Amino acid sequence: MTQPGPALAVEGLAKSFGPVRAVDDLTFAVRPGAVTGFLGPNGAGKTTTLRMLLGLTRPTAGRTLVGDRPYGEHALPARVVGAALEASSFHPGRTGLAHLEVFAPQVGVSRRRCRDLIDFVGLGGAAHRRVGGYSTGMRQRLALATALLGDPPAIVLDEPANGLDPEGIVWLRRLLRAFADEGRTVLVSSHVLAEVQHTVDDVVIIAAGRLVHASSLADLAGLAAPETYVESPDLPAVERLCAEHAWDVRPGERGLLVLAPSAEVGAAAYRSGVELHQLASRGADLEDVFLRLTGGVRS
Amino acid sequence: MRNALVAEYRKLVTTRMWWVLLLACAAYLGFIGAVLGFSLVFAPEQQGGVTLHGIDAATAVYSLTNGIGYVFPLVIGSLAMTTEFRHQTITQSLLVEPRRGVYLGAKLLATVPVGLLYGLVAVTAVVAASAPLLAGWGDGAYLTDGGVLQVLALSVVVIAVWAVVGVAFGSVVTNQVAAIVVILAFTQLVEPIARVALGSFAGLDQVAKFLPGAAADGIVGASFFSSYGSGAGELLPRWAALLVLLGYAAALALIGRYTTLRRDVG
Ligand SMILES: Nc1ncnc2c1ncn2[C@@H]1O[C@H](COP(=O)(O)OP(=O)(O)O)[C@@H](O)[C@H]1O
Ligand SMILES: [Mg+2]
Repeated sequence: MTQPGPALAVEGLAKSFGPVRAVDDLTFAVRPGAVTGFLGPNGAGKTTTLRMLLGLTRPTAGRTLVGDRPYGEHALPARVVGAALEASSFHPGRTGLAHLEVFAPQVGVSRRRCRDLIDFVGLGGAAHRRVGGYSTGMRQRLALATALLGDPPAIVLDEPANGLDPEGIVWLRRLLRAFADEGRTVLVSSHVLAEVQHTVDDVVIIAAGRLVHASSLADLAGLAAPETYVESPDLPAVERLCAEHAWDVRPGERGLLVLAPSAEVGAAAYRSGVELHQLASRGADLEDVFLRLTGGVRS
Repeated sequence: MRNALVAEYRKLVTTRMWWVLLLACAAYLGFIGAVLGFSLVFAPEQQGGVTLHGIDAATAVYSLTNGIGYVFPLVIGSLAMTTEFRHQTITQSLLVEPRRGVYLGAKLLATVPVGLLYGLVAVTAVVAASAPLLAGWGDGAYLTDGGVLQVLALSVVVIAVWAVVGVAFGSVVTNQVAAIVVILAFTQLVEPIARVALGSFAGLDQVAKFLPGAAADGIVGASFFSSYGSGAGELLPRWAALLVLLGYAAALALIGRYTTLRRDVG
């Protein structure tokens, strides 16, 4: 890969399956050089959106672009976008290596590249085993290898962490980071924010087919109410202090959780002479923000 | 297009199906060839009141390749298409080749070499099983006769065309089980009955020769049916028969292209 990745664009996109409005007037853009998390609860319309981006599903309205044109209008599309869709499917009777070799000609790569990639994703030992015997994690790795065949400047992965072992998740995280740092466009979907929280630079959040939030991860964190954990020999005094400042308080481990920035809580305690044994910022709880935005409830 | 062809060809030969079915084809046709050869040689007068002799006997047996064997290339061709839907590999296929017409065209053409191999094996099986019987105890195997060799060569070709028809059919009926059931029902039941039935009515016998199986017989220039004068004997000239069978493939492929392959996949 030499040039920076193409931007991906979704413009006024809609898709109805009968009465179900799976995607509804959705507009967002994905920039190169960053990892973008495409988030939303199950059934939010992520897979449908990605399928439309890749020309597999025809939109009811709107359009999608990879760079300056729709996916299907690129001469060698798999050289531009490498994609692995949810529950990527393989012929169970084909070996992992043969699966790559089947698609290699149209991607324009050699058998040698297939061999290298299967080693790269950690399936070297299983290259000649039939995919029917692969675990979910191995299938995810094979799907990733398929996506990477053409060394594409843009990568689109649908729930790539599903079924991947913790070690694999860390490996994938590093890989995506490295791709973004090389200037590629990286779009990953997930229904769990925590799964991608440590990987993504930007987030696009949808619920019920509609955009609910698009920003950098930092800006998303800004929406979170900061929490401070406090321990004190005089907890009633802390509670009184919080009441004065109208801060919400919840009991936590051996102290209290205060819904306010730690600097403000510390300053207030200092001014009122309340003795504190611990004052710890719990940071923004992104999961809460995510659930609030998508109308979900914490499990 | 060239790359799409290579990809489709690799899809066919990277699973076990192609050789499992090829073995079944060889075994089945060898068996039927031996049985028919045996009955012609040792009990010729029992063949439906018609007695076949000499070159007619040899041609009748050799034309089994198409007459009985065409179910195999049809099935392997349809599987090439229906496995893509059964295992959802169609998604990846259309990711690397979003031009759906090119995808289908490549699949149709990539089946030709596999079809030719099936034809070669099928003809070999029939000949290997029946020729020794015909030569040893009957009126001869006629394996050096120009007309017989033509029948054998065209049998190979026609099997390849059947494989292409199979792909086209699979693009219309994408459910694997349904496709196989329909192929079995049509080839083993519907068409044989239709050929005999249509053949027995004066005005309709002209229709029978346009049925796909009859057209295939027309390409070969010999028919297991016509050998026994069941009334379904008349065949199209070779070139017309080839056009008719290719026409079936083209019509089915067009339907597949504008129904199955126009819809959202996956
Ligand atoms: N082929 C389809 N036919 C009918 N409904 C569908 C189809 N694909 C998706 N849906 C519906 O569209 C909605 C969005 O699904 P999906 O895009 O798979 O969501 P996600 O990937 O975010 O979990 C769901 O309600 C789902 O049931
Ligand atoms: Mg999904």
